[in-house]
Amino acid sequence: MSDHEYTPKSKVGKWFNDRLPLLTLANHLTDYPTPKNLNYWWTFGGILTFCLITQIITGIVLGMHYVAHADLAFQSVEHIMRDVNYGWLIRYVHANGASMFFLAVYIHIFRSLYYGSYKSPREVIWIIGMLIYFLMMATAFMGYVLPWGQMSFWGATVITNLFSAIPLVGESITNWLWGGYSVDNPTLTRFFSLHYLFPFLILGLVVLHIWALHVPGNNNPIGIDIKKPSKDTVPFHPYIVIKDAFALLIFLLIFAFFVFFSPNILGHADNYIEANPLVTPAHIVPEWYLLPFYAILRSVPDKLLGVIAMFAAIFVLVILPWLDTSKVRSTVFRPIYKQFYWFLVADVLILGYVGAMPAEGLYLLIARVATAYYFAHFLIILPFLGFKEKTTPIPLSITEPVLGGSADLAMARNNSGLKEKL
Amino acid sequence: MKIFLKLTFLFIIISSLTLSRVNAAGEQQELLKVDWSFKSFFGKFDRASLQRGYQVYTEVCASCHSLKHLSYRNLAEKGGPEFTELEAKAIASNFEVTDGPNSDGEMFERPAKLSDKFVMPYANVQEAIAANGGAYPPDMSVLVKARKGGANYIYSVLMGYDEPPAGMELDDGVYYNKYMYGNKIKMSSPLDDDIVEYADGTKATVDQMAKDVTTFLQWTAEPHLETRHKLGFRVIIYLSVLTVLVYFSMKKIWSRVETKV
Repeated sequence: MSDHEYTPKSKVGKWFNDRLPLLTLANHLTDYPTPKNLNYWWTFGGILTFCLITQIITGIVLGMHYVAHADLAFQSVEHIMRDVNYGWLIRYVHANGASMFFLAVYIHIFRSLYYGSYKSPREVIWIIGMLIYFLMMATAFMGYVLPWGQMSFWGATVITNLFSAIPLVGESITNWLWGGYSVDNPTLTRFFSLHYLFPFLILGLVVLHIWALHVPGNNNPIGIDIKKPSKDTVPFHPYIVIKDAFALLIFLLIFAFFVFFSPNILGHADNYIEANPLVTPAHIVPEWYLLPFYAILRSVPDKLLGVIAMFAAIFVLVILPWLDTSKVRSTVFRPIYKQFYWFLVADVLILGYVGAMPAEGLYLLIARVATAYYFAHFLIILPFLGFKEKTTPIPLSITEPVLGGSADLAMARNNSGLKEKL
Repeated sequence: MKIFLKLTFLFIIISSLTLSRVNAAGEQQELLKVDWSFKSFFGKFDRASLQRGYQVYTEVCASCHSLKHLSYRNLAEKGGPEFTELEAKAIASNFEVTDGPNSDGEMFERPAKLSDKFVMPYANVQEAIAANGGAYPPDMSVLVKARKGGANYIYSVLMGYDEPPAGMELDDGVYYNKYMYGNKIKMSSPLDDDIVEYADGTKATVDQMAKDVTTFLQWTAEPHLETRHKLGFRVIIYLSVLTVLVYFSMKKIWSRVETKV
């Protein structure tokens, strides 16, 4: 992977490195040439790694006190909140951490969409990323079930019931998932088990994600291929490390605000009511980060087709590298795509909004239009736009942008200023 | 820094989406708003109000509503009503709990100790439902967090009993309440002026008792609220200082490259 051979200076280091080249890996990671024009949208990779580690650590501690049993789960969560030292803090960090994780992952995904990071030669990074995203949703969903409140129970009931829409084997599959004939103790214990397992699968995929990233190197805001290492790059350490640290701290400030001053605002009040199979809540809504998909699910009148539409909404993202026919990566040089990009952002936000509303009347109509547009964006607009769109001139390198058509005019000006001084 | 404006913008959109979700979904009546002492950034409980609230709970609510997640020791803990340990012990000893089996294999009754959980008004859910005309009086430990609108909602329901509007038929044992979901409630108005006698001489109006007991229930739902606020303030200060330091380090490091950060 590294562009140059690395030999440790110390004798012990060399001895060890010849047997297991960990130091070469560390050296590769610190020297890793990174485009120097990366903006703050690129800091979310580091933030996401932080989120994953935080969730794993807080989760392991919660797992020491939590009891995965239908009769005891709710009580054990209250035990954590009241009697475990700083248990309230650990649980609130974990619960809000899930939301912050998704906030960051959505920004990360939309950054990729804006700058075309999913395009050749980075398709594999993108697909691994989508797998991570999918596993994240599964993990978060199962985690939400664990406190065994009303929303836990009924959310689990609604989502697992989706599988009953599969023809012929649907009911068997649902019963198999439940471990019985309804959501009950066996469902809870297996969800706990899988909720503990999945983050480690995600961690493994994250390693692959980063590995795959280090083969072609980072994309950058102007989306051009750059020589590495060159005047266009800076070593990962200290440049990117310190910038990621700064962005992470800003992120942590928002995170801390939620944890300490409105820890329950992102959750649903009903989840503080113990699960009761005999009482259905007035509105069953998933956590905010799943709402767009929930809206797509409900916008289709047929149950099976609704489920297919929901999974298709994720699947179109997986095949996105082949749906987008444009060779130009960065939206900066794609004036028409830029508008469609923001339409898509608005569309997803609208889907999220109607997903939280009852599926009736105007809300349902909006959900249907937004769902149709979501698919049209990926299946119609993107393939055609690649052929039709007239893109603006692309600079040859980051340090020497094409004047006038530059992505970063300020930088061009700085450069000319520098030349005058010289 | 333009990027942070954008980030903030996105953040606002997302939080307003969630907030609107909280506020939407069929709220009939605007809740009464109280300027609670525990709401703000540095919010703390009004200690005297917590103690009065406990009195209202024991003398009024406790005959039907349990507080099963609380122990008597909680009453003496920091950040709560902060009864002295002696007071809390005295309170606990008013209640009888079943303990055992003893060395003869018999269960026996004894006065409650600090380590005991709050005594439940009913032996089980079925008994509670049977004694209350088919409606289960919910456990109150986390009630404030389990209702949209939180403390304001609880307070509003306590204040919301009224004559039903003309044309509204109410069954026996069902009462009209302006703020209750569906406007029908199976609990009769629990508070009347001077139904309790406050030891500190505060006049026990319905409004006063509703405020006190709501404050108490906010504490039972969030016993570590004060610690949370205090720690949160320190964390924010720490992070802010660190952010500034890292920002200038970043500026210094990146000054070697002719790119702006």
